[in-house]
Amino acid sequence: MAEVVVEALQKQFGDFIAVHDSSFTVRDGEFFVMLGPSGCGKTTTLRMIAGLELPTGGRVQLGGEDVTWLRPAQRDIAFVFQLFALYPHMNVRKNISFPLRMQRVRRSEIRQRVDEVAQMLRIEHLLDKPVSNLSAGDRQRVALGRAIIRRAKAFLFDEPLGALDAEFRDLMREELRQLHDRIGATSIYVTHDQIEAMSMADRICVMNQGKVLQVDTPMDIYERPKTKFVASFIGSPSMNFLSAKGRIPVGSRQIQVNGTCLEMPRLREALDAEKAEIGIRPEHIRISSKGPLKGRVFAVEYAGASQMVTVDTSAGRLKVRIDNAQRVRENEVVRLLPDPTKIVVFDPHDDHALDSELFEEKHHE
Amino acid sequence: MNKSRNKAFSISESSRRSKVVAGTLVILYALVTMIPLVWIFLTGFKSPPDSIAYPPKVFFTPTLEGYVNLFTTRSRQTPEYIKSLGPPKTWYEELVRKRNMVITGPSRFKDRYMNSLVIGFGSTFLAVFLGTLAAYGFSRFRVPLKDDLLFFILSTRMMPPVAVAIPIYLMYRQLGLTDTWLGMILLYTAVNVSLAVWLLKGFVDEIPREYEEAAVIDGYSRFQAFVKVVLPQMRTGIAATAIFCLIFAWNEYAFALLLTSGTAQTAPPFIPQIIGEGGLDWPAVAAGTTLFLIPIVFFTILLRKQLLRGITFGALRK
Repeated sequence: MAEVVVEALQKQFGDFIAVHDSSFTVRDGEFFVMLGPSGCGKTTTLRMIAGLELPTGGRVQLGGEDVTWLRPAQRDIAFVFQLFALYPHMNVRKNISFPLRMQRVRRSEIRQRVDEVAQMLRIEHLLDKPVSNLSAGDRQRVALGRAIIRRAKAFLFDEPLGALDAEFRDLMREELRQLHDRIGATSIYVTHDQIEAMSMADRICVMNQGKVLQVDTPMDIYERPKTKFVASFIGSPSMNFLSAKGRIPVGSRQIQVNGTCLEMPRLREALDAEKAEIGIRPEHIRISSKGPLKGRVFAVEYAGASQMVTVDTSAGRLKVRIDNAQRVRENEVVRLLPDPTKIVVFDPHDDHALDSELFEEKHHE
Repeated sequence: MNKSRNKAFSISESSRRSKVVAGTLVILYALVTMIPLVWIFLTGFKSPPDSIAYPPKVFFTPTLEGYVNLFTTRSRQTPEYIKSLGPPKTWYEELVRKRNMVITGPSRFKDRYMNSLVIGFGSTFLAVFLGTLAAYGFSRFRVPLKDDLLFFILSTRMMPPVAVAIPIYLMYRQLGLTDTWLGMILLYTAVNVSLAVWLLKGFVDEIPREYEEAAVIDGYSRFQAFVKVVLPQMRTGIAATAIFCLIFAWNEYAFALLLTSGTAQTAPPFIPQIIGEGGLDWPAVAAGTTLFLIPIVFFTILLRKQLLRGITFGALRK
């Protein structure tokens, strides 16, 4: 069990900068998820923490020790690969015990620990089977077994559920999180799947184009995105964005969107630019006769528990999530009422979110 | 409408009729390729007159004369002399005396056969060993000028090896490597190693790096990971490569003829020489050829599973 500190980590492949000046701290016992689109540098960062890649700059600390230049074997970490990497020429028991056989652990103890782990993962009946005939879910469990038997300082997961089909994925997501709660080991988990990230993480680190954009709890990432990328990447469908009038002073509570005045959380940062952009999630807009925005319904999608209404307004197209009791027809003219406490204002120059009261009530983990 | 036309057909499951046709063709082909082998095998058990009889004899009284002649040297004597020797002590002396000959000593076939075994398996082992290491290196490490080096290695096979026979002969004479085990092993290794590197690199490329990475994280050194995780998965490739190398080294004739004469001569240049000793002794040649075929047939059957997988391996590369 240990804290993982990543400081100004950088990785360059020729001219291409895969990871750019990344810093974050993973707390002891935390389930930390690195989330981002493919090619954002999250896997490279994970591999540098593991020692499978050497950084071109920065440092990695594991439990207070600088491990940046140590070999993977010297770091005492466990790694779960996307394609499991189970050794095809060994059976399940041999695969799980493989890390221990290197450490000169006594035979009887190896046996006992393998049985313990197998029991925890409910794969005792598979121990003497070859790995080639296992289902994807069982392979994943064996890979987990090989990782946890080490009792390593930290567990690193590289998209471990990516190769499973949807049904198994839901199941393994729960199992993984329960396993983490039981063992309590520091875990760093890389994924591009926001559902995995939101449902499993204590904290999420969102990366894009080699940069760390935000490290926060799932709730804060969702409700208080610090950049427009985070806002658009998380949530399905993503946040609505409308352009608004710029040059807003500190303390302002209102913003002009295409001639309509909208209420918003009080700004604590001034915007100097000519234009601004506001973001609001579909579920934070209501269809109400008191709404300031007028628009025509373009489409209605029924989604069981809710319905998704697409509305064309003079400011742009908006997605609105409403409950399934409300009746809305296509081409109907409706009025939209955004929740004034939920609006995020972005600076169009660097896409960062302007500081406002919204960020004040931040959830503290 | 024709009934059979309406029937659905499956790509993976062939119909009964096409199975029969395919089976018949395979059996016919096997027969055609087997005939020379069977003929050699049979000739080994014929008497010299039977072996050159026309029309050829398929049914004959088997005799071990060919094998006796293969392993012995004999001299022709007058019947009077043979009578004066008294009754023959062994069955093979008896066989030989029927043709008015006496055994003067063992032939050199046994030594030549031994040379073939040592040189063939020795060079195969060396080529596969070096090839495995080189293939792993080329597959996993950032080798400077990797593509050029690989092309250079391949280019050694672009001409027939015999094209360099004269320079190699001169070189070997200077180095004192002619007619030595070491010289022949080195030569066959040099020819085979390029094949081994290219074949084996394909196999290593197909083994995901994650296996080694997992082992390295679990506390193993890179070399230990190679031995414990990569090598076992290369088994198929190594077996297939070894067979190809052995077949070349075992059958090689031209260099063996040129570079060996006495101590290190292999079986291929020796077997035809039998013809010269005491007339056209086809049964002895056939007997030598039969014995010569055994190791390679045995080796191939032993590894046939791997060989089959090895040849089809990588056919569906992404």
